[in-house]
Amino acid sequence: MRITVNVNSVEMTAEAEPRTLLVHFLRENLELTGTKVGCDTSSCGACTVLLEGESVKSCTVLAAQVDGMSLTTIEGLADGDVLHPVQEAFRANHGLQCGYCTPGMVMATVSLLAELDVVTEEAVRNGLEGNLCRCTGYHNIVRSVLDAAGVLS
Amino acid sequence: MIPATFDYVRADSVDEAIALLGEHGPDAKLLAGGHSLIPLMKLRLAEPTVLIDIGRLRELSYIRPVNGHIAIGATTRHRDLEISEVLAETVPVLAHVAGQVGDAQVRHRGTIGGSVVHGDPASDLPAALLALGASLVLRGPAGERVVPAAEFFVGFLETAIGPDEVLVEIRVPPTIGGFGFQKFNRRAMDWAIVGALVATTDTGTRIALVNMATTPILAAASEAALLAGSSVSEAAGLADEGTTPPEDLGASRLYRRHLARVLTRRALESAGV
Repeated sequence: MRITVNVNSVEMTAEAEPRTLLVHFLRENLELTGTKVGCDTSSCGACTVLLEGESVKSCTVLAAQVDGMSLTTIEGLADGDVLHPVQEAFRANHGLQCGYCTPGMVMATVSLLAELDVVTEEAVRNGLEGNLCRCTGYHNIVRSVLDAAGVLS
Repeated sequence: MIPATFDYVRADSVDEAIALLGEHGPDAKLLAGGHSLIPLMKLRLAEPTVLIDIGRLRELSYIRPVNGHIAIGATTRHRDLEISEVLAETVPVLAHVAGQVGDAQVRHRGTIGGSVVHGDPASDLPAALLALGASLVLRGPAGERVVPAAEFFVGFLETAIGPDEVLVEIRVPPTIGGFGFQKFNRRAMDWAIVGALVATTDTGTRIALVNMATTPILAAASEAALLAGSSVSEAAGLADEGTTPPEDLGASRLYRRHLARVLTRRALESAGV
């Protein structure tokens, strides 16, 4: 079937089987490989992208389900060479080690900060429960998110 | 993991979805958020030949008070329940439980109707609906019927819904007092190893257990003990009576029984019973 999505403000179309998962559609059909496949069981969050502005796990969404909808991936955050504030905060606070979970962490953070009225460390830790980091880098990730929100003490 | 092949059709109305179910037969499945069905399809535990997508039916996404109860459209997402002002005022336990399902990403996609018709005894919302005395509105070719939650969950991943029916609405009576929800798991986003939910309704203190049988189940002995004047700890000590908990990597049967008693006590305490 023919699937058209708006990814990072660009309309993109590709042919794919109905069973194609969104993460594979992004990576293989649209060649946007910033989004990672981690656990492939909707646990780890490495495949997190924004669907109509909200975080979703793209390994548990069919590309067919989002035909005609808007997506944001990690490739769409920076403005040219200027990093998005969340990306910049992860860089400044060493919020990554191997970097594999990072695209998902950053996208989940963008969604979380848009939803939180008051950003606290507890709210960040709860809000990122759907993203796993196997370098055990949570301490600096949480610092990065607080910094991005302007509340790092 | 890739699902087996299937045909995909999008229904533009509930009536069209019912017609498509009739046309494609029992191997067709409805798809809403897909957060129960797609994982099963990836594991090839489910291999529907046709998916009928009802995920975009705005007519099934709402939360509103109607005639003394709260009417919730079947494709209302967990996130919408979590932040609903109507639920915060009338059935706050349901908003709270929805906010504990999976993680933020899951709650952005998963729907209450999808969770209910999946009928997993380890999921939180079916137990909540059982405790609350909710009703499920099913629409099929012959019209609508209303099934109480107590009669809807009939076995493991098995419900009273017919192959040509669509769950369109969940009706929940308002609660009248405190609530408690205790969910025990090893990773924050996981299914409950055991959960205990306490709601105060006009029929008294209701206690439902998650993952303690092949269906969500009421802690009937605890409820009866409270009615008879037992203390919270005495009543909670009976929570596992009549349950048939599973045994798996998460916990043994014995440990689940222990958890049911402990979590019920904590849930009763946090409900202020």
